[in-house]
Amino acid sequence: MTRRSLWLKIISAVVLFGAWQIAGMIPVSYAFPTFFESMAALFRMAGDGTLLTAYIETLRPLVVGVGISAFLGIGLGLWIGLSARFDWLFSPIFIVMQAAPLAALIPLLVMAYGIGLTSKVFVVCIMAMPVIVLNTASAVRNTPASLKEMGKSFMASDTKIMLRIIIPAASPVIFSGLRLGVSAGFIGAILAELKITPTGVGDIITYSRSIADYPAMYAAIFSIILLAVLFLNFLERLEVYLFEGNVRGYASD
Amino acid sequence: MVMPQIKEAVNVPDMPQSDNAVVVRGVSKTYGEVEALRDMSLEFPRGQLTSLLGPSGCGKTTLLKIIAGLLKPNSGEIEVNGKPVKGPGPDRAFVFQDFALMPWANVLRNVAFGLELRGVATSEREAIAEKYIAEVGLAGFEKSYPHQLSGGMRQRVGLARALSVDADVLLMDEPFSAVDEQTRRKFQEDLLNLVQHENKTFIFVTHSIEEAVYVSDQIAILLPRPSRVSEIIRPTDLRHKNVDNIRRDPEYLDIVDSIWASLRSYVE
Repeated sequence: MTRRSLWLKIISAVVLFGAWQIAGMIPVSYAFPTFFESMAALFRMAGDGTLLTAYIETLRPLVVGVGISAFLGIGLGLWIGLSARFDWLFSPIFIVMQAAPLAALIPLLVMAYGIGLTSKVFVVCIMAMPVIVLNTASAVRNTPASLKEMGKSFMASDTKIMLRIIIPAASPVIFSGLRLGVSAGFIGAILAELKITPTGVGDIITYSRSIADYPAMYAAIFSIILLAVLFLNFLERLEVYLFEGNVRGYASD
Repeated sequence: MVMPQIKEAVNVPDMPQSDNAVVVRGVSKTYGEVEALRDMSLEFPRGQLTSLLGPSGCGKTTLLKIIAGLLKPNSGEIEVNGKPVKGPGPDRAFVFQDFALMPWANVLRNVAFGLELRGVATSEREAIAEKYIAEVGLAGFEKSYPHQLSGGMRQRVGLARALSVDADVLLMDEPFSAVDEQTRRKFQEDLLNLVQHENKTFIFVTHSIEEAVYVSDQIAILLPRPSRVSEIIRPTDLRHKNVDNIRRDPEYLDIVDSIWASLRSYVE
């Protein structure tokens, strides 16, 4: 079973990278490098430390923003899911946030919070938080009634019903919200660096494009996708570890 | 020859009048405009199994949940062991129609969950849970998760969970309706055994006439709109028959027929 899924992963990677290589060799565009050129650039940048310094810069708003979004988002989501009044008060904010054209709003954020870390954290949060909040809220609202009754009939306090029944029961949907939110947060972090001030990975992308060093540009994009995938895998492991019986096998991993 | 006297002396205050574990007095319940129960009174003798039988919408599950303390009646009162019911209590345990197992927890944790909520220490509650897991015939499945079990096995987990808190009264809400026919028959036989060997009072909601007659000491027939007790039937001889012969017994067949005759007009 695991052997087979490992093989499938390798095959799909080979197909994808092969297609990339061929597309680069045709080439579909002079601005589109081959897979191997990009990988060479990636190793070069990793070797001379460019990538490391860039990631130290990029990860700061990303980690802070995703952290805030996860904790605040799950907290608010629980509250919204449990109380109709809170739902009425807060849900619209997050629905608007989710639908807002963020790139157009960035100038407003810059005017209010400057071009520093705060604005970038905001961008990450605006991208990541709504889906986490809304998923958590709907998961909590849809806790099976019989599970809550079961807790009550065995004389559980409201806190215990919340901690030992509602949250674990909601965890699959909370985690899927987290996965979506975290990937949106990655997009937000890069968007902030492209739109506010070019720093970190966003700087590599902007700068490489301006000097037509396309392999370096694609290498930077590739690296951020790789990081996002690794982190999502970590989240999945965490979920399996915490709520084993809830997980009946994922397609990925 | 001193011992029997002491025993008698102890037993005397223990046996006042007719001994009812649960008494329902004048209970009414409405959901908004809909009247679910009207002025219902019913007695549940200790150590026996009483079925609540009736067509759908007759309020049998509502009554069970009121006894469990999960719903509040609009008027009337419930007494369990002579004490009025204010909410869920340690003297009652519930077995759910849809099992209500936690999918993220294994069998052992599910069975021990009632004790966990009561703050019993891990080692102690797991020892108790293991005992009841073995009793319902699931030994070896302690580490399995609910989705790895069949429907019948899941309900055995639900039953073990209810037994492990050692409540006097077991409330069962159509516990066998979600399992297949053969498993159901086995369950019914096991239930008869349980009633005989555990000193507990069982309140059993079902919509199956045959099931009610097969397992019950007392059958309360509920009729809908508004819900009321139309009749109480106590099979006299069936309990002493061998489980294999009950379904062939003339008394069993007569009771099944007469119940169907009285319910027929209420079934759409």
